[in-house]
Amino acid sequence: MTRTAPPQNEDVTPAASPARSLHTGSSNVRDLLSRNLRTSGIYIAFVAIVALFAVLTGGTLLQPGNITNIILQYSYILVLAIGMVIVIIAGHIDLSVGSVVALTGAVSAVLVIREGLPWWVGVLAAIAVGLAVGAWHGFWVAYVGIPAFIVTLAGMLLFRGLTLQVLDNISLSPFPREYTRIAAGFLNGLLGGYGYDAFTLLIGAIAVAGYAVSQWRARSAKIRYQQPVESFPLFVTKIVVVGAVVMAFAWQLAHARGLPIVLIILAVLILAYGLITKKTVFGRQVYAIGGNLAAATLSGVKVKAVNFWIFVNMGFLSAIAGIIYSSRSNGAQPAAGNMFELDAIAAAFIGGAAVTGGVGTVVGAMVGGLIMAVMSNGMQLMGVEQQIQSVVKGLVLLLAVAFDVYNKRRAGASR
Amino acid sequence: MDDHILEMRSITKTFPGVKALEDVNLAVERGEIHAICGENGAGKSTLMKVLSGVYPAGSYDGEIVFDGSPVRFGGIRDSEHVGIVIIHQELALVPFLSVAENIFLGNERRGRGGLIDWNKAHAEADELLRSVGLHENPETPVGQLGVGKQQLVEIAKALSKDVRLLILDEPTAALNDTDSEHLLGLLRALKERGITCIMISHKLNEITAIADSVTVIRDGRTVETLSLHAGEVTQERIIRGMVGRDLESYYPDRESHPGEEVLRVEDWTVWHPTQDRKVVDGASFDVRAGEVVGIAGLMGAGRTELAMSVFGRSYGRNISGRLFMHGKEVRARTVAEAIDAGIAYATEDRKRYGLNLIEDIRRNVSAAALGKLSRRGWVNGNEEIKVAEESRRGMNIKAPSVTSVVGKLSGGNQQKVVLSKWLFTDPDVLVLDEPTRGIDVGAKYEIYTIINRLVAAGKAVVVISSELPELLGTCDRIYTLSAGRITGQLPVREATQENLMELMTKEKELAG
Repeated sequence: MTRTAPPQNEDVTPAASPARSLHTGSSNVRDLLSRNLRTSGIYIAFVAIVALFAVLTGGTLLQPGNITNIILQYSYILVLAIGMVIVIIAGHIDLSVGSVVALTGAVSAVLVIREGLPWWVGVLAAIAVGLAVGAWHGFWVAYVGIPAFIVTLAGMLLFRGLTLQVLDNISLSPFPREYTRIAAGFLNGLLGGYGYDAFTLLIGAIAVAGYAVSQWRARSAKIRYQQPVESFPLFVTKIVVVGAVVMAFAWQLAHARGLPIVLIILAVLILAYGLITKKTVFGRQVYAIGGNLAAATLSGVKVKAVNFWIFVNMGFLSAIAGIIYSSRSNGAQPAAGNMFELDAIAAAFIGGAAVTGGVGTVVGAMVGGLIMAVMSNGMQLMGVEQQIQSVVKGLVLLLAVAFDVYNKRRAGASR
Repeated sequence: MDDHILEMRSITKTFPGVKALEDVNLAVERGEIHAICGENGAGKSTLMKVLSGVYPAGSYDGEIVFDGSPVRFGGIRDSEHVGIVIIHQELALVPFLSVAENIFLGNERRGRGGLIDWNKAHAEADELLRSVGLHENPETPVGQLGVGKQQLVEIAKALSKDVRLLILDEPTAALNDTDSEHLLGLLRALKERGITCIMISHKLNEITAIADSVTVIRDGRTVETLSLHAGEVTQERIIRGMVGRDLESYYPDRESHPGEEVLRVEDWTVWHPTQDRKVVDGASFDVRAGEVVGIAGLMGAGRTELAMSVFGRSYGRNISGRLFMHGKEVRARTVAEAIDAGIAYATEDRKRYGLNLIEDIRRNVSAAALGKLSRRGWVNGNEEIKVAEESRRGMNIKAPSVTSVVGKLSGGNQQKVVLSKWLFTDPDVLVLDEPTRGIDVGAKYEIYTIINRLVAAGKAVVVISSELPELLGTCDRIYTLSAGRITGQLPVREATQENLMELMTKEKELAG
């Protein structure tokens, strides 16, 4: 699930240019660690926070049942954060996603619960509404040139209003079983259960194998292009560590309720968007626009089209989040999704996205979202009051961005 | 004679890895106009930042003596307190505030109860404006004034602070001739009033015209201080001090063999994007394979506007005219279409319009031609590194690797990244807008060499420059542009600075 970025040498002082040989061992590890404090800092912070709350909750945090809970509880925020980090990289913001979550869920609920249509009609309708909302935002931002802050602030009010209209101001529930399985369902016992779910372990193993193969192919391609790669033992160690973490995770899931369907959705989205942002022309253009809009324009990037599709995509992911949320809450409420936009934005920024645009990663945003999730969940388990939780989350967001600003200033001063 | 208002003694300032100033000495006499000359990157601006407290005492070695006593400034406020005011090249005015508000910004004229007394402020502003010869209402927003007038507002602002030593960084760089004349006249008037002036300038004719003495800085060291009173110091003499060698070796030799016509622009007219006036008016020009064509014009003549409007209509509105590539008419209505047609445009402002400064060399080099590196929308990252690496070697970009962030490179190396980016689009014609602005002598020579290499390979090159010697040194043919019109074209062997200047100002005289 996690992809390791190629070695990036960010601290470029003209003097420090050690001969980067192809296969060196010891300097490699140091390289790997110090290479990029900014992006590796977030992983270290994540591990530290998990360890901290694991201890504080007496191990409950890492219990199989609880891990499943965290995923189910925060999946829709993570889905939103994927779209949000792309919006932020391009130098925009989207304040409307909470309202869009509510609207898409409401439309789905009206069709499935009130009209009695099949569950998949609700899903498709929600996605269609999400795309339409995204196109609406994209039109105003890209083609009329109104700042996204304003457009989506208006959208936040607009689509909340439409939600109330669609629902006639009342909650709808319950969904049929097929629909609630999207967020609350598990794949369990497909290959038999022996106190644990073999199928979940198999999927975990396939994921690890896929990871190893893709890493191996990337490494071979690099060698073919005569680029520096990490030493072979380090390469193997990396895969073994990642594999062990994934399998441990799968093992815990297998001992709880099996493989949550929503985790599969999430994994597919993270993988797909991770690749789109890193490896496609579209992804590159998103970074280019956020890094320097004028330069991107003069380089032939079709800025309007790219901005338009960024918002259409955000609408799509908002719809996915809306479906998951309505499925999980087994109905649609007028106030659904309130403040989700702030959690998604916070996840992107904690995950290393820059306020000024041009910087950020999907994986970073996921880790940022998980940091928030683990903190919330840990504090809930400890019985910390709601108000304290909010204070702590606020401070974490502030410190994360302060760290980012500090890093940038330091990088600038070393010129 | 030796009445120095300012002495800077053996100033040394180091940045991590670079010695920006080394043992620099500067002595300025009371009431004189003292010019400081040096190539870009020689350390002039750094020296002035040390003097004005932008780099606080303690961050440099050496001693500053102002008006007979040693001073240690912790910040700009301290230096302004004793009467040293610096006016930066990029003016520090707030465009939406009025002239009076700008003049008293940070130094507001308070009345009773701590509120600003606007009557008093406007009266004072009026007086200050009159003393700098600017006849404008103090309530006019600064953004509505031209650059020349804004410069005068800056000086009025300095006068409001009871300035004793005024430092001007490239004051006339962005001004036209009339405004420059006015400004220089004002400096003389200030001198009469006993205000000492330090002026950083590249324009040697201005220096020899108004300065009393000149200090030349090269590579972070003082080379010499020359008195200009005797009138024996020529511009050539100053240049020799600046570059440490004579000008002949400045431009690499090239044989020219122009071939087929590559680009032809006919009757090109462009309107200003917001104002109701033509910026380019019926311009026609052409360039051949293996040829370097120059476009000479004063600030505001429409050089950049012409180039950018040709480059996928990225400037202006109501653009009319015809564009031919290899004799066939093309419609390049977007930048992407222009690139496809084989046109490349390297902007004059590489930091704002040319580069993504937070990304690395690799990403910048590939930015304009990602299509060449991708299949069905997927970018081949390894191929990208290979291409960038070839550029780094071929262009001699001084950076440890292609993953070095572009924002941390020097101006010359950034410019080479810009050129690499456009060469990777494999253009037939390259339009280079001020290709050597803000880069040092050595890198300039390298850029000229690259241009020569391109035309030798059969590319057509258009160079836009405000430095006439540069055009004379690199081009085969030079067009002159004045007030949006092409006023002439000369083969380089017939062109001189004088006859070019005459053509560049022609229209103006007709109009005014």
